[in-house]
Amino acid sequence: MATEVHNLQELRRSASLATKVFIQRDYSDGTICQFQTKFPPELDSRIERQLFEETVKTLNGFYAEAEKIGGSSYLEGCLACATAYFIFLCMETHYEKVLKKISRYIQEQNEKIFAPRGLLLTDPVERGMRVIEISIYEDRCSSGSSSSGSSSGSGSSSAGGGGAGTR
Amino acid sequence: MPPGGGPMTDCEYSQISTHGSSPMESPHSKKRIAARRKWEVFPGRNKFFCNGRIMMARQTGVFYLTLVLILVTSGLFFAFDCPYLAVKITPAIPVVGGILFFFVMGTLLRTSFSDPGVLPRATPDEAADLERQIDIANGTSSGGYRPPPRTKEVIINGQTVKLKYCFTCKIFRPPRASHCSLCDNCVERFDHHCPWVGNCVGKRNYRFFYMFILSLSFLTVFIFAFVITHVILRSQQTGFLNALKDSPASVLEAVVCFFSVWSIIGLSGFHTYLISSNQTTNEDIKGSWSNKRGKENYNPYSYGNIFTNCCVALCGPISPSLIDRRGYIQPDTPQPAAPSNGITMYGATQSQSDM
Repeated sequence: MATEVHNLQELRRSASLATKVFIQRDYSDGTICQFQTKFPPELDSRIERQLFEETVKTLNGFYAEAEKIGGSSYLEGCLACATAYFIFLCMETHYEKVLKKISRYIQEQNEKIFAPRGLLLTDPVERGMRVIEISIYEDRCSSGSSSSGSSSGSGSSSAGGGGAGTR
Repeated sequence: MPPGGGPMTDCEYSQISTHGSSPMESPHSKKRIAARRKWEVFPGRNKFFCNGRIMMARQTGVFYLTLVLILVTSGLFFAFDCPYLAVKITPAIPVVGGILFFFVMGTLLRTSFSDPGVLPRATPDEAADLERQIDIANGTSSGGYRPPPRTKEVIINGQTVKLKYCFTCKIFRPPRASHCSLCDNCVERFDHHCPWVGNCVGKRNYRFFYMFILSLSFLTVFIFAFVITHVILRSQQTGFLNALKDSPASVLEAVVCFFSVWSIIGLSGFHTYLISSNQTTNEDIKGSWSNKRGKENYNPYSYGNIFTNCCVALCGPISPSLIDRRGYIQPDTPQPAAPSNGITMYGATQSQSDM
């Protein structure tokens, strides 16, 4: 696990960010948090359509679970009201618990699927639940990369064994 | 295992941080201790207290008036009327009054101090991406000084809803969101900006607001009724004028309660209607879902029956705050810069020398 996380950090340092793709919200079901499953063309050469769709669908499922209206959410709401909402000072809401699950899932997906393909998912909660931001990285030593200006070489050597990116 | 390469990496990041109109200070070396919290650079017109735990609008004068009115009236009630009533009728009166008072204060402070559901502004990358997509959709921008208002249409539950683009926050507003001009924020499920609580009322604090005005109605009626009872009981013993002389506080309380009870009960009734039909004050005022706009116009967010609408509004899940006001500013995170002058910043690895 530690080496995988290290690879993620190295990705950020060693590869240069080429572009970012934003998956927008899908409002056709109302105001609940769902993201569009439409496959962006920029990812065509990077990741299989199925994997991407599966990730987005799982995320959508998590968000639906967080906002689910049912017995347990009513119970939580009534209990909170009965204690004049002071219970929120000590208890975590159901939504917050699911958000933690989501961030663990995204971390896991990044380590297993996206980072090896030079991609990085940003948790939507860091972008105000507006978008899923997917950063596309180009390997520093790959020629013909369309990176928008790599910085003068960082001292840290990349896992891919590239040297400083010279531009 | 490759070495950490820490200081070099930090130098890269700090180059990026100082570029652009981001108001945050960039830590130039690891030794600098001044890590600032996000609320200190929040772009909206809000006031923060207790190191970011409390969030209010800029104008809070009327909120202090509300506080004073409630505290003084209740205080006078407990000090002057309750001793007599507790002895004469039942000690349950101050107990019930006390419970109501704590509930009112608790919900008022929750409404005023919490994040109503503010949507954080778009990061520069997002804003640039959206602008690109809009330009593609419009064809190249028209020759006017400002391009035509940008809208997106979405079909929700069979009803066509227009999503507007917010020029300040650089996002397409989700359905039911609106931009509050007083706080300069987009707020989810925006109801209205309430000067009496000193904050916007939106998705995250609407139930607190409703509980506040509901419990305040009960408290006002409670105090009014028992103050009148107190004066009547005293007048039976000592005559009306003497009763007023013996407890002048009751007069003040009666006056305050009399003048406020109508508007508070009216407001409670109005919001009960809104909750049962799952509308916001904003939508009701604009008549977004009224039949007058057309026979086919209906509210796509309503769950169909009053009970479900009420349950969802009052007992549904509360989403956490999206603005993370007590979080620390990360040096490599792009902060939303207000004027996006077209130069996009691609995160941490872009060199300043390219500009």
